[in-house]
Amino acid sequence: MKKLHWDSFADWVNGTTPEPECPPLPELPKKRKPRRTRPQDPAHRIRIFSRLYRVIALAVCLCVVSVLLYTLFQLPLFGAPDNPAVNEVSRRYVEQGLSETGAVNMVTGMILDYRAFDTFGESSVLFLAVACVMMLLLRDQNNTTPADIRQLQRERAAEPSCCDPILQKVVAVVFPCILLFGIYVVLNGHLSPGGGFAGGAMMGAGLILYSAAYGMDAASRFFSQKHFRILTTSALLCYALSKAYSFFTGANDLPSCISLGCPGAIFSSGLILVLNICVGLIVACTMYGFYILFTKGEF
Amino acid sequence: MTELFECILIFALILCAVAALHSRHLLSAVVIFMAYGLVMAVLWALLQSPDLALTEAAVGAGVTGILLLLTLKKIHALDGKGE
Repeated sequence: MKKLHWDSFADWVNGTTPEPECPPLPELPKKRKPRRTRPQDPAHRIRIFSRLYRVIALAVCLCVVSVLLYTLFQLPLFGAPDNPAVNEVSRRYVEQGLSETGAVNMVTGMILDYRAFDTFGESSVLFLAVACVMMLLLRDQNNTTPADIRQLQRERAAEPSCCDPILQKVVAVVFPCILLFGIYVVLNGHLSPGGGFAGGAMMGAGLILYSAAYGMDAASRFFSQKHFRILTTSALLCYALSKAYSFFTGANDLPSCISLGCPGAIFSSGLILVLNICVGLIVACTMYGFYILFTKGEF
Repeated sequence: MTELFECILIFALILCAVAALHSRHLLSAVVIFMAYGLVMAVLWALLQSPDLALTEAAVGAGVTGILLLLTLKKIHALDGKGE
């Protein structure tokens, strides 16, 4: 009796596939005969394949390059006044951005006020990425055997990398400057170039440098897994809460009780400072989390 | 003067991209890629987008290279002679 497709599929998923009852293929030797006339030497085949591969790769590359160049010549001139990008949206941003958002840095005013919902999505993507990496690479009692731990200890003992005096001296000078500059860029996101993403990337890079010079254990003294979890989740929640009125009213720009303040002051432009700090914390934690999970697998 | 500088930078950018593809050693390919990020950051600054320049300098010239190097170390590509 012929089995249903679904049954055979379920058997295949369960790994209990019985031997296929189809008759042994009688025409197989016939088919193989003409193949024997072809060169059977694997080295020769590989050579043919690599030559073909190069030719096809070159053709595909040329196609893509020609399509891109064609598109480039179809584009309107850079900065022309009748471009489709020059419409009422950008004019509104340029003319009334300062009075509506209070941010001197127009880019920050755009991405954290007019487009705050998009930035929330980007921050959530970063959070989800680091959560997925944690799921895959985080080591705990459930997925580690004692043999793994012993081998890891042997590997770590064989590595003399965490006691390089030149690197440590340089990092001792450079690390505070990097961290301070990152904090400065985050806090001044609405006044000067930069903002949450740039400053957070700097802080994350500084933390990575520190833990590369002084070893993992030195950095985990002041940045443990508990700190990591609390910081990322509370930053994301704080972002969502501080923009919640905008999210729930469909970004209709209701009058906020937080005054925009005087443009140019550090405590101005409403909630943009808070949002910048949240985004910076998320980005810094994500960068450092990637590094620490890739190298050690735990905090 | 600035245009000459921009031309030199763009030429260096293309040179870095081609060299990163053609270098036989994976470690040097990663280092050239980080140099590419650095040149790109200077170009962003010249194009008057300092926001992007800051991010590119931190991410393109720093963290991406570190993550690539870590991957190479994990798969033990730096132990041998490399290809």
